[in-house]
Amino acid sequence: MASSTGRTLSEAASKELLGRFGVPFLPERVVATPDEAAAAAEELGLPVVVKLGGDAIAHKTERGLVRLGLEDAAAVARAAGELLAAARPDDGAVHLLVAPMVKGNRELIAGLATDPQFGRTVMLGVGGVLAEAVADVSIRLVPIERVDAEDMLDDLATQALLGAFRGEPPVDREAVVAVLLGLSAAAESTPELRSADLNPLIVVDGRPVAVDALVEVAS
Amino acid sequence: MAPTTQHYRALFEPAGVIVAGASTHPGKFGFVALHNILSCGYAGRVFATNRDGGEILGVETLTGLEEVPDGAADLVFVCTPASTNAALLREAAAKGVQAAFIASAGYGEAGEDGRRAQDDLVALAEELDLLVVGPNGQGVVSTPASLCAQIVAPYPPRGRIGIVSQSGNFVSSFQNYARQSGVGVSRAVSAGNAAQVGVADFLEFYAEDPETDVALAYVEGVSDGRRFFERLRAVSERIPVVLVKGGATAGGARAAASHTGSLATDDRVFDGMCAQAGVVRAATIEEAFEAAASFATQPLPPGPNVAVVSTAGGWGVVTADAIARTDLQLLALPEDLRDELDGLLPPRWSRNNPVDLAGGETKDTIPAVLATVARHPSVDAVVLLGMGIQGNVAAMERDGGFYPGHGLERIVGFHERQEQRYTAAAAELSAELGKPILTATELAVTAPDNAAVQGVRATGRYPYPSSNRAVTALEHLWRYARHRQRRS
Repeated sequence: MASSTGRTLSEAASKELLGRFGVPFLPERVVATPDEAAAAAEELGLPVVVKLGGDAIAHKTERGLVRLGLEDAAAVARAAGELLAAARPDDGAVHLLVAPMVKGNRELIAGLATDPQFGRTVMLGVGGVLAEAVADVSIRLVPIERVDAEDMLDDLATQALLGAFRGEPPVDREAVVAVLLGLSAAAESTPELRSADLNPLIVVDGRPVAVDALVEVAS
Repeated sequence: MAPTTQHYRALFEPAGVIVAGASTHPGKFGFVALHNILSCGYAGRVFATNRDGGEILGVETLTGLEEVPDGAADLVFVCTPASTNAALLREAAAKGVQAAFIASAGYGEAGEDGRRAQDDLVALAEELDLLVVGPNGQGVVSTPASLCAQIVAPYPPRGRIGIVSQSGNFVSSFQNYARQSGVGVSRAVSAGNAAQVGVADFLEFYAEDPETDVALAYVEGVSDGRRFFERLRAVSERIPVVLVKGGATAGGARAAASHTGSLATDDRVFDGMCAQAGVVRAATIEEAFEAAASFATQPLPPGPNVAVVSTAGGWGVVTADAIARTDLQLLALPEDLRDELDGLLPPRWSRNNPVDLAGGETKDTIPAVLATVARHPSVDAVVLLGMGIQGNVAAMERDGGFYPGHGLERIVGFHERQEQRYTAAAAELSAELGKPILTATELAVTAPDNAAVQGVRATGRYPYPSSNRAVTALEHLWRYARHRQRRS
């Protein structure tokens, strides 16, 4: 989502930036060819997700540039080839991202944004396909303290989603607090950072894991 | 240089007031302002200027400020046309005036020329070391000084709530509620165009003001959000701030933009900002006043556990529902408290929370049960329901055509004394224990003369018109208390 005065970083660069502040991402590999993608998948453990990445690629899902649940090396190589073929000239330099496929019944979203009056903000919300309609979010101004992050969790209306759920343990609140504090710290130490989206933040065995990241910086 | 506490003292506790532009016409602001100052008991000297001189409301007006003795007035209330105000303020400052309330319109709300005039006004205020409030405001009220310098009504009873509003009419609304409920106001000010000083400046003064325990603010928009947040947070550490924001929805935001020229922000950001600052955000004007009245008259709850004491069933049930929708907890009745209550009540009582007396009371039951419940260490707050039943019967018997006689005087008097006794006991226990006890009955609005309603008023507390409104107010108290606890 590049605006007139900002530019987006690639998914890999976005993750690298936020990962330095403790935002939990999956181990993943950035590779160039279908063969390398297949090798990376076997090394990470199947099934995997393969995505096409690049500085100019922001809306991967809408463009069909995410392939989920690839079960074997041949499927990974085939998907990688198709993704590379789908790249357009205006995408610029592209690469392949290979990541383990994780499953969780619950999704959160978290991020940073810039408000015209209050400056940069941290957000936590309930994610998933109905996230926009549900609109269960809590926002604070950067910087936040631990107690603010704890309040944000308490603010969510859908508290039932944070407890034990469909055989999964309760959401690890400390781990969510760490994500929010990490986002706040990233904003504080990166003045040009304008927005960040962790969507989704999948809850895997109670712990939040970001499987996508999109950072926008002032240009 | 920013105005100091001394400037705010000049505004709120002036030794003398000048009404500039006093009018002989009772329909004009310049008449109403003088009338209100003279009729609410202000004890300082009052001067009035009028271009043509003459007497207005018994005050011999002056044609200019040169006749005002040096140092005799600290405040000038300005009703003159905008174009004449610069010269007026220079003369006033030369006479020792330190604060000016500008009711005149024709400034920032009035196009490019008006905006320029407003910028000039601020520059002049700085040059003259004046506090300038407004322009385009409705006035200032300060009950400790019996000062009602406003071009509108009403004048509220004295109390502990400090009001500031970006919309003058909400100052009136809050003061109307103060008059109705008896929970009074310390200071109230309409910020008007907020040229030199705005909402945050008055909140900072209220935080320092020994007359004010809670601030109540109406805001439509802020110009420097980040600084506004920092200032609100600092004030909230000193006193609770109850805030209601206009323009929270897209439609409201468009209306606010045309009303005060404020930029809209995502309401969820504003909401989060309030939570982070510890500001109590109310959804409506009525809810805001009730929250402020609660902070002004009730102790903060030490925790979220609420006991509901009711003389009859249905009230307790809906109150339990209301509590379940909040951050408050309906306390599961502890075993020892249940045992104690068993000793005070017949077997049919609810034996749970809500504590439903089931009509099983003797003349001493209600105070005894209330005290037993409130004193239990697990109970952080009490909502008291069913007050006013006896008073209601008494009122009907008093007005029913058989009074006096038939033994009615004795029973009517008994009922009314009992209501006073219950409500007095609630206030005394609450103060002694440092736990809120909120008395809720629709009689507060349907029969304000009811003995229980009058009993609550006599204690200086707020008679909540429904249990759900009492629960909303109590949740605001708890959320503020929790914010302070988590950060101490």
